[in-house]
Amino acid sequence: MKIETIRLNVSSGERHRLRTQIHEELRVVAVVLLMLLGLGFATFVQAAQTLRGSGDLAVIVERTSGAVQIVETSGNSAVGRVGGLGDLSHASVVYSRDQRYAYVFGRDGGLSKVDLLTQRLVKRVIQSGNGIGGAISQDGRLVAVSNYQPGGVRVFDATSLAPVADIAAEYAPGRLSKVVGLVDAPGQRFVFSLWDAGEIWMADMREPNRPVVRRFKDIGKHPYDGLITPDGRYYIAGLFGEDGMALLDLWHPDRGVRRVLSGYGKGEQVLPVYKMPHLEGWAVAGERAFVPAVGHHAVLVMDTHDWREVGRIPVHGQPVFVMARPDGRQVWVNFAHPRNDTVQVIDTDTLQVVNTLKPGKGVLHMEFEPRGEEVWVSVRDADQVQVYDTASARLRTTLSAAKPSGIFMSARAHRIGL
Amino acid sequence: MRHLIALCGLSLWSLIGQAGPLEAAREAELDNLLIQDCGSCHGSRLSGGLGPALLPDRLEGKSRAMLAQVIRDGRAGTAMPPWGPLLSDADIAWMVNRLLAGKE
Repeated sequence: MKIETIRLNVSSGERHRLRTQIHEELRVVAVVLLMLLGLGFATFVQAAQTLRGSGDLAVIVERTSGAVQIVETSGNSAVGRVGGLGDLSHASVVYSRDQRYAYVFGRDGGLSKVDLLTQRLVKRVIQSGNGIGGAISQDGRLVAVSNYQPGGVRVFDATSLAPVADIAAEYAPGRLSKVVGLVDAPGQRFVFSLWDAGEIWMADMREPNRPVVRRFKDIGKHPYDGLITPDGRYYIAGLFGEDGMALLDLWHPDRGVRRVLSGYGKGEQVLPVYKMPHLEGWAVAGERAFVPAVGHHAVLVMDTHDWREVGRIPVHGQPVFVMARPDGRQVWVNFAHPRNDTVQVIDTDTLQVVNTLKPGKGVLHMEFEPRGEEVWVSVRDADQVQVYDTASARLRTTLSAAKPSGIFMSARAHRIGL
Repeated sequence: MRHLIALCGLSLWSLIGQAGPLEAAREAELDNLLIQDCGSCHGSRLSGGLGPALLPDRLEGKSRAMLAQVIRDGRAGTAMPPWGPLLSDADIAWMVNRLLAGKE
């Protein structure tokens, strides 16, 4: 229509010039349109390639190289690696509730926030001289770190890692205790144990800047780690200095701490402990809890109704991790040095060892996939992570990792106490 | 009989092996043990953890004999286990030297 109008008012020479110009302009527009279309398509293709969820991702700690490897557990392959995380001996990881960020707690007091999707270190602070573990609060806004030096718990903003609160584990004037077994608990609380003091502390963080701490004294000698049951009700500290465990019912804290499994090693010789056992919420399978016996080649079984010992399973060595498959049908156990080349599988119904595997020297950790069909096993001295089918106990895949220790799946983001 | 001789030879060889300086392979094993297993309590950089730091400046003034004894027998009332059942005297002597010298 516009072209018609032009035709009426201009000479034929001019007309020709105009037509050429219009053609030229149209061509430019067409080229630009094509380019935009191409760009859009490229972006679309790129997005289709990079847009992914993070619910099937996991982090493997490569402890001597100060790095974490990011892997995916759908196809069981490596995704990337993030380094520069410091001393990662005894490192552990918790996840942001959106499962995008991993908070890595290092031995050197480093707290690192790693983006699983871009595989970048977002932020890192050195928050103490010597850290041991951490937890994320019920609402996902606070990250707490437990420290050996200076003994206590420091709390940070989960987004910025800015300091929020500092809970010194001062159990006597001027005396700070090393802190172990830090977990999150319902009611925006953190619960932890004091190795030197033999105490359990419960910190209410509803006012983040002003933690309200409740102390439970005389829980037993040298608590070495703690766990909270998957329902968030019971906190259990394992004792290194004596046979037994300390149980706190968080529904009824006024009832105080109760001793369970008292004197489980009575009359038996306690063996030297070359590796401290660990406790995690995975210990509960159905109505039973499975825990390591310290200094004995045994897994102890408790009834979770009354917390009495209902079984004692002889195993290959001193247990380090005793982990229930998510459906509670099996418990997998690894062992302390020098018997750390073996993993055993316990049937939770018959309380018998049904399988003994030899993944290689230095089996340090095991992590089940969220629904339990596979378990990932880190084999330090072989520089391998082995993935087993849990039904058949057959090896499915092997991934290479440099001196792997802890394996942490992002599904932990939605579990109390992990 | 032949087996017996072979066995005697083998034990003699292992005896000599124990008394003399360590093989390179054993040194590598011990180094790995130090970093990984001692490191699980003392930190893989030996800067401390549940157990104290084992860096040269922290060990200054402590005798070799005392350090060797702690490694061999452990420390009662602490989490330090006796390593005597797993390590020979030569192993322990090497370990003490390695600790006093710090990282190469």
